[in-house]
Amino acid sequence: MTAPAIELKGISKAFGPVQANKDISISVQPGTIHGIIGENGAGKSTLMSILYGFYKADKGEIWIKGTKTEIPDSQAAIAAGIGMVFQHFKLVENFTVLENIVLGAEDSGLLMPSLSRARKELKELEEEYELYVDPDKRIDEIGVGMQQRVEILKALYRKAEILILDEPTGVLTPAEADQLFRILDRLRSEGKTIILITHKLREIMEYTDTVSVMRRGQMTATVKTAESSPEQLAELMVGRKVLLRVDKVPATPGKPILEIEKLSVVDSAGVQRVKDIDLTVRAGEILGIAGVAGNGQSELLEVLGGMRDGTGSIRINGQPLPLSGKGSDARARRHAGIAHVPEDRQREGLIMDFHAWENVAFGYHREDIYKKGLFLDNAALRADTEAKMEKFDVRPPNPWLAAKSFSGGNQQKIVVAREIERNPDLLLIGQPTRGVDIGAIEFIHQQIMELRDQGKAILLVSVELEEILSLSDRVAVMFDGKIMGERPADQTDEKELGLLMAGVAGEAA
Amino acid sequence: MEKMPKWADVVLIPVISLLLAAVISAIVILLIGENPMEALNLMVNGALGSTYGWGYTLYYATNFLFTGLAVAVAAHAGLFNIGGEGQAMIGGLGLALVCLYIPFPHWSIALLVAAVGAGIFGAAWAAIPAYLQAKRGSHIVITTIMFNFIAAAVLNYMLVSVLKPKGAMDPATAKFPESTQLPSLHEILAPIGIEFSKSAPANVTLFVGIAACIVVWGLIWHTPLGHEIRALGKSERGAVYAGISPVRTVMITMLISGALCGLMATNNVMGEAERLVLNATEGAGFIGIAVALMGRNHPFGVFLAAILFGFLYQGGAELALWTNIPSELIVVIQALVILFTGALDNMVRMPIEKIFLAFRKENA
Repeated sequence: MTAPAIELKGISKAFGPVQANKDISISVQPGTIHGIIGENGAGKSTLMSILYGFYKADKGEIWIKGTKTEIPDSQAAIAAGIGMVFQHFKLVENFTVLENIVLGAEDSGLLMPSLSRARKELKELEEEYELYVDPDKRIDEIGVGMQQRVEILKALYRKAEILILDEPTGVLTPAEADQLFRILDRLRSEGKTIILITHKLREIMEYTDTVSVMRRGQMTATVKTAESSPEQLAELMVGRKVLLRVDKVPATPGKPILEIEKLSVVDSAGVQRVKDIDLTVRAGEILGIAGVAGNGQSELLEVLGGMRDGTGSIRINGQPLPLSGKGSDARARRHAGIAHVPEDRQREGLIMDFHAWENVAFGYHREDIYKKGLFLDNAALRADTEAKMEKFDVRPPNPWLAAKSFSGGNQQKIVVAREIERNPDLLLIGQPTRGVDIGAIEFIHQQIMELRDQGKAILLVSVELEEILSLSDRVAVMFDGKIMGERPADQTDEKELGLLMAGVAGEAA
Repeated sequence: MEKMPKWADVVLIPVISLLLAAVISAIVILLIGENPMEALNLMVNGALGSTYGWGYTLYYATNFLFTGLAVAVAAHAGLFNIGGEGQAMIGGLGLALVCLYIPFPHWSIALLVAAVGAGIFGAAWAAIPAYLQAKRGSHIVITTIMFNFIAAAVLNYMLVSVLKPKGAMDPATAKFPESTQLPSLHEILAPIGIEFSKSAPANVTLFVGIAACIVVWGLIWHTPLGHEIRALGKSERGAVYAGISPVRTVMITMLISGALCGLMATNNVMGEAERLVLNATEGAGFIGIAVALMGRNHPFGVFLAAILFGFLYQGGAELALWTNIPSELIVVIQALVILFTGALDNMVRMPIEKIFLAFRKENA
């Protein structure tokens, strides 16, 4: 057996009283793909930051190819052959691909020789790994999938032997993700070692050789992927049995609740984000909007939620609602029976510095039940918070804690509790489980299904196809602001939706 | 990350900041060859050693209460109102017009109506920058400071060309009628047997200021509007999501802020000068920023900070009167206090936070 490409021995790291990593050991063989899976806050990112020299471990050793290596900064990490592809790309938008690759790795004070050498090497790399990009295109001219390739090329150009990818498929279409994994496969066959950090069980199951599960700063298990199952991994992540599938009875759609006709949205930069959309959501059904992030779904949710202006017409229970000017704000929407769980709970759904009890009526704070004369009835708000925290199992159940002190899942539960408990006719819900741990995902999905079964209309926007498919009754796919097609959820699959998401139209795709 | 206890945040850190400012002030005083202990003694005695001193300290403090509250209210909405000076000047103008041209039977009615006049004028002066910020996105810091200069020019014109009585030499209005004269602390405290200096300018508006603290406290933390102001200050996207109109909320917040600045005129113009003079505000609008900073935008904190700055103002004046310490140095001392309590807050905060965390770890 050869020396492991990378071996961590007893890594520990604490931030103040929080133990982010506790006695973590892994060993990754060269030429394999090793997955690291865990919930938010399990310590995956901290571990990778230690490996890449952003943090210094309190205890423990890093061994690379059988030699003990100190990694005090990212320069040292690069020198040790470690390359990192971050979740948010670190590219200069108005530089070309070539310039981005050379940036920070120039040979001398003169740029030209570096660039021409890089051009030659890039060509070799491209051929070796089938990683084609146009070196003279500017970053802002190429797509997200291409940008990610540039990041990988950057690492390879710096002679990386070990490639760490942090949630690499979050921004990709299914097709782009497939391409990425083909590239990773190729890299593996050329002897590179890949560490894949993700929260998607499917990716782990399909593409990794071995997988480590992290929970609360500790490595709970390292197993061969082939000998494991999604259920087992989920249980290791959460610490208890989890229901991965949503229990779904067939929908019984009633009368139309939300009717959208020729809805368009132009953003402040003058770009048309939503183009002439027609949609209907009926009582007792979930309409899922699939699409790669940035294709107009956010704007669609925002205009329905009263957060931005639009043109066209929308009707709730047959009543038309204004799309701009007076009566088109979020408060008026709430009056009309629309509840809204926004895509970004940290910037929109919650005021992070407010106490939980100040957030629990946010948006409904002018309603009579929360008022005592001219004043806010703070005591009523706190009692309401305690009740909702109990019902939605928010932990810790302390109304005085600031919203930012809760975990992502518990923050989302606060928002979902607030919106669902209003008993709305229509629920708009965006990225309901983004950055939410598996246990809370299960809970939130159940809540959404229950609301549907009570006969409410639900419009769900998510970039997670799995989520769309498992919750929705009908799926509409958005691409470039338009609806590319609508399918019953039980008569379509990820492949067909993936094509629509990439803008390939066609009835019988 | 765990935080330190609240008392350390609101008491310990300001006190340490103050001590640091005092130490550096002492060094500066030593350097110019004066005795810092003697200077401190003079300041304390001059500001707090007699009811006369207290009378001045509280008079200044009343000014700073209003401007400090004004800055604090705006800060909760994420707005930095540094136009307090101009808003207080124009508030003074509104107050003078009310006092000069409306006959009043009793000072209490005069105070009420004059306060409304001053508040409306102050609010109006804040309304234009507020509108420009809310609708056009012109930064409120820039516009409010420009409006300070415009206010000074407007006041100058009004006093020199319109309001100055015929034949008078100085740019000021006529003295307000006797029925608008406010009772001083001396007059208020005498019936209950407390001897208070007759010549000190502290007056009934001190209680108006304290009432304003309570009203602001209720507004910010106990009304839907205050909820909206604070939400907007923390996250504009969040406010839009909740159906809070940023335009409307910015306007209302700045009107309240401007009105509070305008109210200062009840103290310095109506209570003390009893006529409107040029430069009546004496920089109180700017001190309000430091007061709000030091008071952490909380009315009670503003109250304490206003008294501290009242002390510095009065003590500083005494210092300039009785020693060879030049009056510019007083400004240096005040600036040091502002620097340490406001701008360098984190310099003290971070080490203290670390110490607390270290202690906690040991005890854990």
